[in-house]
Amino acid sequence: MDPKMLSEGIVAGRRSAGQLAEAFDDLHPPLTEHEALVAADRCYFCHDAPCTVACPTDIDIPLFIRQIATGTPEAAARTILSQNILGGMCARVCPTETLCEEVCVRETAEGKPVLIGQLQRFATDTLMAADVHPFSRAASTGKRIAVVGAGPAGLACAHRLAMKGHDVVLYDARSKAGGLNEYGIAAYKSVDGFAQAEVDWLLKIGGITLENGKALGRELALEALRSEFDAVFLGVGLGGVNSLGVTGDEKDGVRDAVDFIADLRQATDLTALPVGRDVVVIGGGMTAVDAAVQAKLLGALNVTIVYRRGKDRMGASAFEQDLAASRGVRIITNAQPVAVHGNGSVREVEFAFTDDALTPTGQTFRLPADQLFRAIGQTLNGDGLPELDGRKIAITGAGRTSVAGVWAGGDCAAGGDDLTVTAVAEGRDAAEDIHAQLMK
Amino acid sequence: MADLTTDFVGIKSPNPFWLASAPPTDKEYNVRRAFEAGWGGVVWKTLGEEGPPVVNVNGPRYGAIWGAERRLLGLNNIELITDRPLEVNLREIKAVKRDYPDRAVVVSLMVPCEEEAWKKILPLVEETGADGVELNFGCPHGMSERGMGSAVGQVPEYIEMVTRWVKQYSRMPCIVKLTPNITDIRKPAAAAHAGGADAVSLINTINSITGVDLDIFAPEPTIDGKGAHGGYCGPAVKPIALNMVAEIARSPEMRGLPISGIGGVTTWKDAAEFMALGAGNVQVCTAAMTYGFKIVQEMISGLSQFMDEKGLTSTSELVGRAVPNLSDWQHLNLNYITKAQIDQDLCISCGRCFAACEDTSHQAIAMSDDRVFTVKDEECVACNLCVNVCPVEDCITMVEMQPGQTDPRTGLTVQKDYANWTTHPNNPGAVKAAE
Repeated sequence: MDPKMLSEGIVAGRRSAGQLAEAFDDLHPPLTEHEALVAADRCYFCHDAPCTVACPTDIDIPLFIRQIATGTPEAAARTILSQNILGGMCARVCPTETLCEEVCVRETAEGKPVLIGQLQRFATDTLMAADVHPFSRAASTGKRIAVVGAGPAGLACAHRLAMKGHDVVLYDARSKAGGLNEYGIAAYKSVDGFAQAEVDWLLKIGGITLENGKALGRELALEALRSEFDAVFLGVGLGGVNSLGVTGDEKDGVRDAVDFIADLRQATDLTALPVGRDVVVIGGGMTAVDAAVQAKLLGALNVTIVYRRGKDRMGASAFEQDLAASRGVRIITNAQPVAVHGNGSVREVEFAFTDDALTPTGQTFRLPADQLFRAIGQTLNGDGLPELDGRKIAITGAGRTSVAGVWAGGDCAAGGDDLTVTAVAEGRDAAEDIHAQLMK
Repeated sequence: MADLTTDFVGIKSPNPFWLASAPPTDKEYNVRRAFEAGWGGVVWKTLGEEGPPVVNVNGPRYGAIWGAERRLLGLNNIELITDRPLEVNLREIKAVKRDYPDRAVVVSLMVPCEEEAWKKILPLVEETGADGVELNFGCPHGMSERGMGSAVGQVPEYIEMVTRWVKQYSRMPCIVKLTPNITDIRKPAAAAHAGGADAVSLINTINSITGVDLDIFAPEPTIDGKGAHGGYCGPAVKPIALNMVAEIARSPEMRGLPISGIGGVTTWKDAAEFMALGAGNVQVCTAAMTYGFKIVQEMISGLSQFMDEKGLTSTSELVGRAVPNLSDWQHLNLNYITKAQIDQDLCISCGRCFAACEDTSHQAIAMSDDRVFTVKDEECVACNLCVNVCPVEDCITMVEMQPGQTDPRTGLTVQKDYANWTTHPNNPGAVKAAE
């Protein structure tokens, strides 16, 4: 074993550049044309297809697969993108195993669904490689709309509004657009700078002015936006992270998984990115798996995910759990943190086993840790927002908030599954509703 | 985007995809749904004489053959013409045409070979506002036993006679639908042409038995232990239909006679092929019966993309584009020499090309101990069988030899000039070049 794997503490350079390049390569390499044709051939072109019903953006999956099978992947891409302008990213990050592919009739028949996600990528990649933007704008309406947050919901909303002939100013707090596509998902799901390439491609519709470094509650105020624009869409995501609420939560080496992932996504040299030797991730969702797997790929010796409920309640899909296991991540379920121990820096994390009602069983254990990631959910930040439903912005219909002229969608809005694809659907539908309202 | 609007014998439709006269067009409910799905037109399922409607069998009407993964390749049917009252069909046709004025509604007809019968039904159809009639001279089962359908289509004199009556008693465009159950398709087509038909449509279904139930030794589909031949259609018949369409398209006597192409059209590509060989539009049935009306969306997007890529702005620029390249064997260039080439990066070493060539062709593929397959140029006659049996598209291709190169099989230099059998020295009837 490479001695660097054994170095204690949070250190960089645990693996060589070559090893890291291989480790962070495309999770699912793109299908070749031959593979795509073979995969497409398996589609039965079902009536009222279960896959389409399962897709939050209602992509006509049998149609696009037939278009691939008949040698027109460009037409297939149009079918996809007309429903989901971020179809390229969704093809990479959608948990297809719990959406379209789960209900594929060939999953029922043979336990092997049609490779819908990979076929979608084949189609969208083909069109984007040809540098074609297949949509054009309607005649100008003279209406101006502010879209706050350039994540999946904001991008989808802005694009649809621009298509309808509206002028859009798209604000984002960070220095790059893309939201979680750019800062939040595992690197091996979006290689070669795809998130930015997709944003650039999307903006080719025209009529969208991107303004980075502008956040609601910082440079922007909702009231001012309402008076300046004809409508406002909030797709600000969830800026805050839940704390563990246990002793020692503030020790060095304890951080938010989303920050670790963002650092990793923005790193130009992964050999310079430090990671612990013994890494513990607390949480059970996609973010927990993304952080854990990437920590392992960076060279952490031991990586453990600890989740307070049973395996079947984990937010991460079975595929993601298996992915973590295959990369050497250990998953412990039915255990919740009790205390973070260490003299200044985290050294150990103490857990109590729980039953399914989250009642401690009385048994505890400790895991050695020099790095601890919190991945127990994000929260909505900000004051002066429309009325909340629980901890998110309350919406009715297609994203209407309690404030007239203000819509919301994506992770910051109540409901939905906190998926990229759901955010796209909400942004798109809000845009349609805004358009209908403004053109009354 | 290319303009898919089609004008076929004066009948306009937003695209060249019509549903053929068949079960999918038997009633208003279906046709409305087809139009909503995007079909450019329909040929309403064949109407018969006024009076008690025909009856159908109450056992299976269809039989099929399948390819891998139970993909339906060929369908056979023993269903007759519409078994609904004439007045009901006419009423529905009128309602549909009124609500979809931009779509083509053509009515298929089959009445006895008597002038009075045709004279009687034509005004009734005309009154619906339908765009035209199609004469069903093709149905090969059931009705043919009663002297109609293909029983008419197999006798050119009858075709001409009935077509004349139709043109005499109606102002509607008349399309004559031909049966493929003949030896030379040009004869019935010429008869229709002579009778004044505005167009021909082909092919109707082919006489067929799809299989035999080996437990009861009865042909399929089986009705109470017995079977009768049916009409065969679907992807399997496309090559036969393409040839028949092409034979008419290139016939000097019928130059310019509009053709509606029918037979196994399943994708945009099939349609483009029919149109390139001279069909002004296509009619579809089996694909819709297999996959539903929605498949027309792929046909529309695919044909549109193809035409854009080829720089074709209207369907009329596509129609007949391949006809000048249809030739007779004797005029094919014997100096055109190709050799098979196997792309080793794409090859998956299945050995099917080797088995085919070694066992059944020219022993022109070599196989190494480690399963590398290569072409022996000195044996390869460029028959293309290896290409056809290879499971990987584009893995084996035919590479043209250039003039001046030596063909290792014959030891002869490749000539750049065109030369065919008519002047070949081995041809006893060869025409000598003037000395």
